[in-house]
Amino acid sequence: MPEIRVTPLGAGQDVGRSCILVSIAGKNVMLDCGMHMGFNDDRRFPDFSYITQNGRLTDFLDCVIISHFHLDHCGALPYFSEMVGYDGPIYMTHPTQAICPILLEDYRKIAVDKKGEANFFTSQMIKDCMKKVVAVHLHQTVQVDDELEIKAYYAGHVLGAAMFQIKVGSESVVYTGDYNMTPDRHLGAAWIDKCRPNLLITESTYATTIRDSKRCRERDFLKKVHETVERGGKVLIPVFALGRAQELCILLETFWERMNLKVPIYFSTGLTEKANHYYKLFITWTNQKIRKTFVQRNMFEFKHIKAFDRAFADNPGPMVVFATPGMLHAGQSLQIFRKWAGNEKNMGTVGHKILSGQRKLEMEGRQVLEVKMQVEYMSFSAHADAKGIMQLVGQAEPESVLLVHGEAKKMGFLRQKIEQELRVSCYMPANGETVTLPTSPSIPVGISLGLLKREMAQGLLPEAKKPRLLHGTLIMKDSNFRLVSSEQALKELGLAEHQLRFTCRVHLQDTRKEQEMALRVYSHLKRLLPTLRTQVPRCCWCPGPTRMRNWGASLPHCSRRVSPRPLSGHTTHPGLWLCLATVPTRTWALTSAL
Amino acid sequence: MMALPYITEHTGFTGTVYATEPTVQIGRLLMEELVNFIERVPKAQSASLWKNKDIQRLLPSPLKDAVEVSTWRRCYTMQEVNSALSKIQLVGYSQKIELFGVVQVTPLSSGYALGSSNWIIQSHYEKVSYVSGSSLLTTHPQPMDQASLKNSDVLVLTGLTQIPTANPDGMVGEFCSNLALTIRNGGNVLVPCYPSGVIYDLLECLYQYIDSAGLSSVPFYFISPVANSSLEFSQIFAEWLCHNKQSKVYLPEPPFPHAELIQTNKLKHYPSIHGDFSNDFRQPCVVFTGHPSLRFGDVVHFMELWGKSSLNTVIFTEPDFSYLEALAPYQPLAMKCIYCPIDTRLNFIQVSKLLKEVQPLHVVCPEQYTQPPPAQSHRMDLMIDCQPPPMSYRRAEVLALPFKRRYEKIEIMPELADSLVPMEIKPGISLATVSAVLHTKDNKHVLQPPPRPAQPASGKKRKRMSDDVPDCKVLKPLLSGSIPVEQFVQSLEKHGFSDIKVEDTAKGHIVLLQEAETLIQIEEDSTHIICDNDEMLRVRLRDLVLKFLQKF
Repeated sequence: MPEIRVTPLGAGQDVGRSCILVSIAGKNVMLDCGMHMGFNDDRRFPDFSYITQNGRLTDFLDCVIISHFHLDHCGALPYFSEMVGYDGPIYMTHPTQAICPILLEDYRKIAVDKKGEANFFTSQMIKDCMKKVVAVHLHQTVQVDDELEIKAYYAGHVLGAAMFQIKVGSESVVYTGDYNMTPDRHLGAAWIDKCRPNLLITESTYATTIRDSKRCRERDFLKKVHETVERGGKVLIPVFALGRAQELCILLETFWERMNLKVPIYFSTGLTEKANHYYKLFITWTNQKIRKTFVQRNMFEFKHIKAFDRAFADNPGPMVVFATPGMLHAGQSLQIFRKWAGNEKNMGTVGHKILSGQRKLEMEGRQVLEVKMQVEYMSFSAHADAKGIMQLVGQAEPESVLLVHGEAKKMGFLRQKIEQELRVSCYMPANGETVTLPTSPSIPVGISLGLLKREMAQGLLPEAKKPRLLHGTLIMKDSNFRLVSSEQALKELGLAEHQLRFTCRVHLQDTRKEQEMALRVYSHLKRLLPTLRTQVPRCCWCPGPTRMRNWGASLPHCSRRVSPRPLSGHTTHPGLWLCLATVPTRTWALTSAL
Repeated sequence: MMALPYITEHTGFTGTVYATEPTVQIGRLLMEELVNFIERVPKAQSASLWKNKDIQRLLPSPLKDAVEVSTWRRCYTMQEVNSALSKIQLVGYSQKIELFGVVQVTPLSSGYALGSSNWIIQSHYEKVSYVSGSSLLTTHPQPMDQASLKNSDVLVLTGLTQIPTANPDGMVGEFCSNLALTIRNGGNVLVPCYPSGVIYDLLECLYQYIDSAGLSSVPFYFISPVANSSLEFSQIFAEWLCHNKQSKVYLPEPPFPHAELIQTNKLKHYPSIHGDFSNDFRQPCVVFTGHPSLRFGDVVHFMELWGKSSLNTVIFTEPDFSYLEALAPYQPLAMKCIYCPIDTRLNFIQVSKLLKEVQPLHVVCPEQYTQPPPAQSHRMDLMIDCQPPPMSYRRAEVLALPFKRRYEKIEIMPELADSLVPMEIKPGISLATVSAVLHTKDNKHVLQPPPRPAQPASGKKRKRMSDDVPDCKVLKPLLSGSIPVEQFVQSLEKHGFSDIKVEDTAKGHIVLLQEAETLIQIEEDSTHIICDNDEMLRVRLRDLVLKFLQKF
């Protein structure tokens, strides 16, 4: 029995380290190759030894697909391809291909230069790894090999985020990566067509949340920032350089312009300008509004937001600073946090992404309880909420759903909801646990147009609604399957048809003339066997007096068993030939049901 | 693309139009420019009486020779353009678009311009490729996708280069040197052009050239209502560009160097010659502007301004218009005229290379391509040469494509497939008889196992069931094979027939069962049983005969 097998190596009932193995119709695909933000040991990367104990990954995996550039989806890529060893194709979208190596390099720097880790991947490895990447367009059908094809859909989570459909023959799996079903200030909403996959693998970060409207959150955010700067406080917003940062920048920029505020806004690290530049060049990936207006005004050219210098942190007076990284665990955001945490006027918000980061934040928060800085937690991260996930499932109409990238408890709740409301089976495997789904792919064969048209023509008859049986012969030659009509099959194989006829002599005793007699018998038979073609040959050669015997008994008896009237153009002459004394017919048909 | 509004707006067309995103965006710009140019010179009334055939005949050439003047239309408006574009559905390269479940349409990169496409139209067993306006040269767009064109039954080939004798690379070089020469002599250069396409390549060449030629102080002006949009749009279609330009975007840098030209103020763009341009205008300079026909647009002003001085030069790069005809109304002209048409589309050498590579079964092309151009009738190399010879078509001609459809795809449900019993007839060839219910939905056919005969149930239920049960009467299978007489007789004997006589005839044998008063004629392809009217006997004989035959 064919089946689809799914094993999460990461992100199974967990957030971070996304890495899911899918086997579909003999093809093995790895979805995402992420790192875990919460760990600094071996658990940081997925356990690739699970894939194959000995032997090369390249031989086992047909391709690797990266959904977007966040490190929990691509962070382990150089380790996987260069240190473990994989030479096959890696698919991702153009913006992901552009931005991914920069984030990897950043990650490497923090790990190696700041934390002094040894045995980490090098810059060269990142470059070599990126050489194996094949960029895909949205909606482009990429033929990985003769059978395996993949197709990207817009996911709206970050710039270049995509959902992927993996298809072999009539079996398919859709992997959503991270996605967002509501358009935000800079990106559009995720969309997929009704592709009816066998399995939909969806993230479930916000499995239980139905978030209030974006506008409320935005208003809340702006109000808090505004209040803080009004009373002379400083605002620290730890963010990732790419993604939410741009959305918040657009938000603050428009707010500053509207309120005519002069308080400086800074964006830390050299990445800013570069990051904004990516948004400018990949503007086709942003939302409708930005794309429409970009000629007049590029939304990513900010007037109020300037580059940050370390010295600015000690400047007196209010300011707003976007600092990386978003989880406050290292780097500039942590430095600034330490500096400002002592003053109750200041405020820090966390545009968090990783839930383990949230826990860390709480620790940090408890630690700074005696220091009076306000800590606000605001979620702007663009994941679909429960409503959005249900909506996507409805859009794609999968046979079953598999949840990853979320907490077990919340997943369980969502699973129940999906099974009850949408009536599709739903799975939530833990890491290393395999889900096996039997599939029943139908078998494509070629049908001869003649046969098909013959059937279709019947479909136009009055009783078209009634299903009808189609008869044909399937010719199997090597792997070539063709369905043709039986006659054609015989002809193609050079076989002659064998006719089987029965003749039976019946004696009728009648004094009328032959012609008249023939007509009477003819009409009688016609009435008894309306579905058979009955013919009286023009020349009746049978001699005079005949005896009718057993007709009454045998003919009605037969009439229930005769076949439906064969179509015209049939090579043989089915039917009843009435030669007064001779009734040749194909008795096989007449008696077959006995 | 430029005629799209005529189809979508006035013909009652209600279908979908498919195009790539750059095609739509840049096409919009081209149409916008055209509409803008035309609307600047409104005509209070237009003459139409001359279109009468009798009058037209008397008019001087070229009016006399114009064809189908009655079908000439006025230019569309911006409103019509927007309405036409709203009917377009965006698609990406290699995207498979399913049409009514019957055919699949796929755009492929044609390598000629941003987002330009060739198309594949295929069903499960047939494939037609439409190749139009393709280029094998490396300029800015993504290279042409040739591999996907392979295995075509029919390849429709059109949009070849208009100047098969000119080499685009040489022309670009000539363009640059003439430009530099004129500037050095203190003259101005006018380049009539479209606002998108070749101009990107020209600007890139100039970017590399101006410093070496000492032209860095000369201003370049690009004047078009859509100049700004065109330059901006060219920078954002990274995914549609050639590999070189893509990797620039990854850095991230703008893919085209004209961004730098604009930044350093070497290239300036204006919506028209009015307004800012008149303040900034300084000579000598290079002006890129439209329309390349020289009949409308800002180019007309420059022709009149500079036409009288022999220092100035006009350089024609667009191949769409004959430069002599374009210049005719401006004669006498003192200004120098250089003709270096740059047409990167396929020439005949590239075509034969492409056809060799792709190997379609048939080639279909316009009639012009099947013979050398009339002006150079001795150049036998300036025509399409392939085997079998191309089928040509003419305006308004309907051409039947040479393929016969034999098969269509049908899916067999797994349950049905399990129930099939294949028989090996010849080595490697197996047959299985299929009796199934055909379901057709959205032009997709599925064979499902026949439903089981309805179980006898309560009256009401049975009635409903009978609606769903198809005519379950089994069709007579076809028989094949021949009956070996001796074995047949043996098996007759085994089954209790005695007193069997066998006679040979011309075509076969006659088996006589004297006791049962039965006569069996056995020939190669037929068996004829003449017996008494005894159902039991018939069944027995039938079963015996069938043992030796194959059923289909």
